[in-house]
Amino acid sequence: MVKLILRKDVFEVRPGMTLYDALKKLNILPEGIIATRIGELIEVDEILKEGDVIKLVTAISGG
Amino acid sequence: MKCHICGEKASVNMREHKLALCKEHYLEWVPAQVERSIKKYGLFRQEEKMLVAVSGGKDSLSLWDILQRLGYHADGLYICLGIDEGIGYSTESQRLAVKFATNHGLNLHVVNIQSEYGATIPQITRRTHRGRIKPCSICGLVKRHVMNRIARDLDYDVLATGHNLDDEAAVLFGNTLSWSGEYLLRQGPLLPGSAGLARKVKPLCRLYEREMLAYALLQEIEYIYEECPYSIGSTSIYYKELLNRLENERPGAKLSFYLAFLEARKTGLFTEREKIQAELHSCSRCGQPTSAPGLCSFCRLLERTTSVALNERNT
Repeated sequence: MVKLILRKDVFEVRPGMTLYDALKKLNILPEGIIATRIGELIEVDEILKEGDVIKLVTAISGG
Repeated sequence: MKCHICGEKASVNMREHKLALCKEHYLEWVPAQVERSIKKYGLFRQEEKMLVAVSGGKDSLSLWDILQRLGYHADGLYICLGIDEGIGYSTESQRLAVKFATNHGLNLHVVNIQSEYGATIPQITRRTHRGRIKPCSICGLVKRHVMNRIARDLDYDVLATGHNLDDEAAVLFGNTLSWSGEYLLRQGPLLPGSAGLARKVKPLCRLYEREMLAYALLQEIEYIYEECPYSIGSTSIYYKELLNRLENERPGAKLSFYLAFLEARKTGLFTEREKIQAELHSCSRCGQPTSAPGLCSFCRLLERTTSVALNERNT
């Protein structure tokens, strides 16, 4: 499985789908986040592989 | 997805520009965009003395980093608001701002609200509104006052803030929903200085919040990731989320909303400016400009806070 971590939440999706499809499935807008894998930025066309741990860093801040 | 310049794997895709870039070219592209805004809107000149308001967040630290890379001389100003809420928010954000300044050999002024005015932002809010409201409006008022005071007292030519396009679009959206004419007239990348008021500039106004986050991550800028505890559920965040839904369906919607507004204002859509513009007076205590004679809103706030604190002590 692929793990996606958004702040304190951890989601799991099946490997083989793109990051875009995973975000859509989880109802997360790509506009509001940057995704990283082992510290490297990845874009929404990236195909997620078995064992991937994707950290979703939120862009929106208040103030 | 490939970098449009070198063909290597792209790190960031900007759908609104139909442009994908690798790390190396992205880290060149962002400062070039900022320089373009500085020139386009006539924000400041190379030789001017600049103060950058830094919060420890990704936008303001990235702005300071970019200005330094572009060769501008900019000192920093960190305002310690005394927000803890169990996560030591102010302590951590100050640590990161100080660390950035030290690592880059930059000069940072630190103003502590509690030391200078006798109370933290949460304490001021409790004393003046009995805790019924969120401290955000009070926080904004205090920050604006302190930023202007330091810029004026230390003879800075210009005060720069890290507002990005999402910040600007959210404010514009809110002001449009309520048709706040006076605020719409004042909003923009450049707020000219006047007697007692420092010139304020927003060099990141054309860059999306997501782009600034990508810059901070790629440039390995250590910033405070935790949200200010009081901003959770705020209207500005709600507007940003709404605009992001629009952006998702129509890439470039946020950018064109803001740029079309600036263009409309420039070409006179909002007319009769002189009729709305209020005459400014000097505050009888601090000397900063204020719309009504007597004390400015900041000094009125301090007066209320002090009198409530004295009453609390006497009872």
